[in-house]
Amino acid sequence: MTGDHIVGVSVPRKEGRDKVTGRAQYVDDLTLPGMLFGATVRSQVPRSKIGKITFGPGIAWDEFIVVTARDIPGKNVIALIANDQPCLADGVVNHPEEPILLLAHSDRHLLPQAVAAVSIEYDQLPALFTVEQSETRSEVIWGSDNIFKSYLVEKGDVDGIWKKADYIVEGEYKTGAQEQLYIENNGMIASFDAQQGMTVWGSLQCPFYVHKALMALCNLTADKVRVVQMETGGAFGGKEEYPSMIAAHAALLAIKCGRPVKIIYDRLEDMAATTKRHPSRTRHRTALSKDGRILGGEIELTIDGGAYVTLSPVVLSRATIHAGGAYYWPNVRITAKAVATNAPPHGAFRGFGAPQSLFALERHMDRIAQVVGLSPVEIRKRNFLQPGQMTTTEQTVREPLDLVRLLDRALELSDYHAKKQRFAKENELGTSRKGIGIAAFLHGAGFTGSGERNLSSVVGVEGCADGTIKVLVSSTEFGQGTKTVLCQIAAETLGLPYENVEIAQADTDQVPNSGPTVASRTVMVVGKLVQSAALGIKQTLMGSGLLGDSYSAEQFRSACRTQVAAHGQFRSWARYEAPADVFWDDDKYRGEAYAAFAWAVYVAEATVDMTTYNVSVDDFLALQEVGKVLHPVLARGQIAGGVAQGIGYTLYEKVIWQNGRMQNGQMTNYIMPTSADLPVVRVFFEEMGNVHGAFGAKGIGELPMDGPAPAIVNAVEDALKVPFDSIPLLPEDVFEALLAKREPQSVGGVR
Amino acid sequence: MTESLSLEIRALHEVSLTVNGELKTVRAYPMERLLDVLRHQLGLTGAKEGCGEGECGSCSVLLNDALVNSCLVPVLQAKDADIVTIEGLAAGVQLDVLQEAFLKSGGAQCGICTPGMILAAHHLLRRKPNPTTEEIREGLSGNLCRCTGYIQIVEAVAEAARRRAAA
Ligand code: FES
Ligand code: FES
Repeated sequence: MTGDHIVGVSVPRKEGRDKVTGRAQYVDDLTLPGMLFGATVRSQVPRSKIGKITFGPGIAWDEFIVVTARDIPGKNVIALIANDQPCLADGVVNHPEEPILLLAHSDRHLLPQAVAAVSIEYDQLPALFTVEQSETRSEVIWGSDNIFKSYLVEKGDVDGIWKKADYIVEGEYKTGAQEQLYIENNGMIASFDAQQGMTVWGSLQCPFYVHKALMALCNLTADKVRVVQMETGGAFGGKEEYPSMIAAHAALLAIKCGRPVKIIYDRLEDMAATTKRHPSRTRHRTALSKDGRILGGEIELTIDGGAYVTLSPVVLSRATIHAGGAYYWPNVRITAKAVATNAPPHGAFRGFGAPQSLFALERHMDRIAQVVGLSPVEIRKRNFLQPGQMTTTEQTVREPLDLVRLLDRALELSDYHAKKQRFAKENELGTSRKGIGIAAFLHGAGFTGSGERNLSSVVGVEGCADGTIKVLVSSTEFGQGTKTVLCQIAAETLGLPYENVEIAQADTDQVPNSGPTVASRTVMVVGKLVQSAALGIKQTLMGSGLLGDSYSAEQFRSACRTQVAAHGQFRSWARYEAPADVFWDDDKYRGEAYAAFAWAVYVAEATVDMTTYNVSVDDFLALQEVGKVLHPVLARGQIAGGVAQGIGYTLYEKVIWQNGRMQNGQMTNYIMPTSADLPVVRVFFEEMGNVHGAFGAKGIGELPMDGPAPAIVNAVEDALKVPFDSIPLLPEDVFEALLAKREPQSVGGVR
Repeated sequence: MTESLSLEIRALHEVSLTVNGELKTVRAYPMERLLDVLRHQLGLTGAKEGCGEGECGSCSVLLNDALVNSCLVPVLQAKDADIVTIEGLAAGVQLDVLQEAFLKSGGAQCGICTPGMILAAHHLLRRKPNPTTEEIREGLSGNLCRCTGYIQIVEAVAEAARRRAAA
């Protein structure tokens, strides 16, 4: 066996060379012979009965393929959780941009005019656009009460704590929608043949989600649907579930015309029609002792799900479980709900509900600190979870967690105390104000509760005829480094050079269902399965006497070649098995919520320009404990990239809504940070040493999305001494808050 | 399709241009975007469409040594011009120093911005062989990347500059 480690080393990205040379094939780079181009005619109104549809003059309609709901061979749904979302609206629409009919033509330049020439009569119904409107139930737009899903978490006796409290602190916090803004827009190609069935190639995260949706829609058996992931230009959750819709549309057109059909969204369509991060509102009411210890609290959390269920129950679940953060709550009641509005459905976006509830909590901790008269540092230290204690869902912390030490280290690395003092002094002069803020938080890796058990993921490892190894998973690469890290794990397990291990393209005909590529589960859950499957290969070779206890890479390859020559295809499979001691109660929402948590403390330094009210982040320190870091360059890239998106979420990215429709669906008016806007994010890892995942790795991808918003807004409050309780925080919001603060003084004249 | 419209946009013009050192002649609608001609007619799919309105830079190419967003350039404007795309940067299998640095430093994650980003960096290093970090950040600010937070990209460009200076 080679002595060198592969895990923990920054080996070259598997698909890196193709990416830097422009050879990597994304879906829009693929052209099939005879291919047509598809486009979608969408609803112009939020909620309505659909009247007459007219195909206007000036278009050679006989050259176009037209598909409506009546052309659907199977069920008119995008199969996911609740199956309430139609593939094409039939009779009614429930949100702007809802797909109504589809067009295809061989010349893509002719599609925009054709889409514009379809006119639809609407008989509009009253619509709901905010959480508050939905709560009034002035209209029932979904189910009997506009509620997609609700959860109740109860621990201890919350009602008994209020009279014992020395302080009761309340707050309400809001977060806005956020567009994933992957630079590659969504796209799909479908091809249908009565014998072969349906094949789609696309930009997507979860091949088997698309597979399931196409089976139901096209009324095809599993073996007649094939889904192939092309290189995917960013996803961040935004390509978790909506690709099923686009694949469904391309598939319907392909069936109707008998030729391959490509649908590529342009930026405006992608922004306006596809999912975004759920807007949220969180209310906290917390009881504290004189010395600042949390006695208990009530947390009420509401997210806006948009018009259909899609993934809202799962997003809400993660928001709920993260609502108590990294603190110990002896008593707590969390009531959470996802409500319906007449906006396009909100969906998955890195963090998946946790950034919303953690923003609220980490802002609330600073508010508590002020009321109790402690520093933001001290209030956190007094309430941090400790080993042996139980989280809000009564999951016992079993790892050697030391959050006080993690916080102290972050303060030291960021020079927090000295800076805080210096800023306070300097803020008396000059045209800008500086502040520093912290956020301490956690992020659960893998599916919530019984999710992993239900997924029951399978991974394969193949010993190939040439002696090399191939990893077979449906886990997808979209920038995070899935291909690289899973190959590292297999190589390390087998003691082979990294170059001897490749990974199969995520093609449902070729790979088993290793579950969706979401929830920071790939390295921890799928990685562990890759390790087991690889061990199976080794054991077979050893068992058959082809390989000794210690071996060289060449001996391994030779043994593998002999095995394949003698017995044909040589594969080893591993299926997820839930650890026996893991308990989760889906009704009471109690038990082991996640197999592992990653922990972090982020420190942000911000400057507010008092002329423009622009907030800039000058320094950002991200310290986290994510178990074993398998690839330092990729891990740092994940953190830095997540923090950048978090800074965008906090200070730049505002979705402007009008009647349920995004008004600023372009890169010119929905602004994400450029290289000139962002600070250097200083990334540090602590390793606590734990037993989760392959070689001790925990999930990492979503964690960095949780911390920036509260850390930055806490810094802004530190700079201005004005609390801000909602994001995004744009210059106009800062200006308004300062104005509101000044007003009572100018009226009353008293300080 | 109305008659007048089809006459106007369906009239094809012959346009010659040099792409990655080779003379090419294409037949295209006059207002057709250089990006589409490169991708659809010449099979050079390295330039990507991220926004189609000059904001993201993922369609960046060099046109007579200037960095342009090819989604904003009508092909007639590229007549007789010298175009360099990402496909023209590596000499055969030997990667350019910038490409190597992007690989090593983690400058490419999902890779969709990478061709444009590398060409923007290439253009920057031609004008400023030894840029400061600030100059790199400014120089790349027309190219959006949603994955990296730019840090490892900036490091890759700095590393490439060092290696070019040492060579
Ligand atoms: S596609 Fe040309 S700048 Fe975005
Ligand atoms: S690497 Fe994905 S957008 Fe830059």
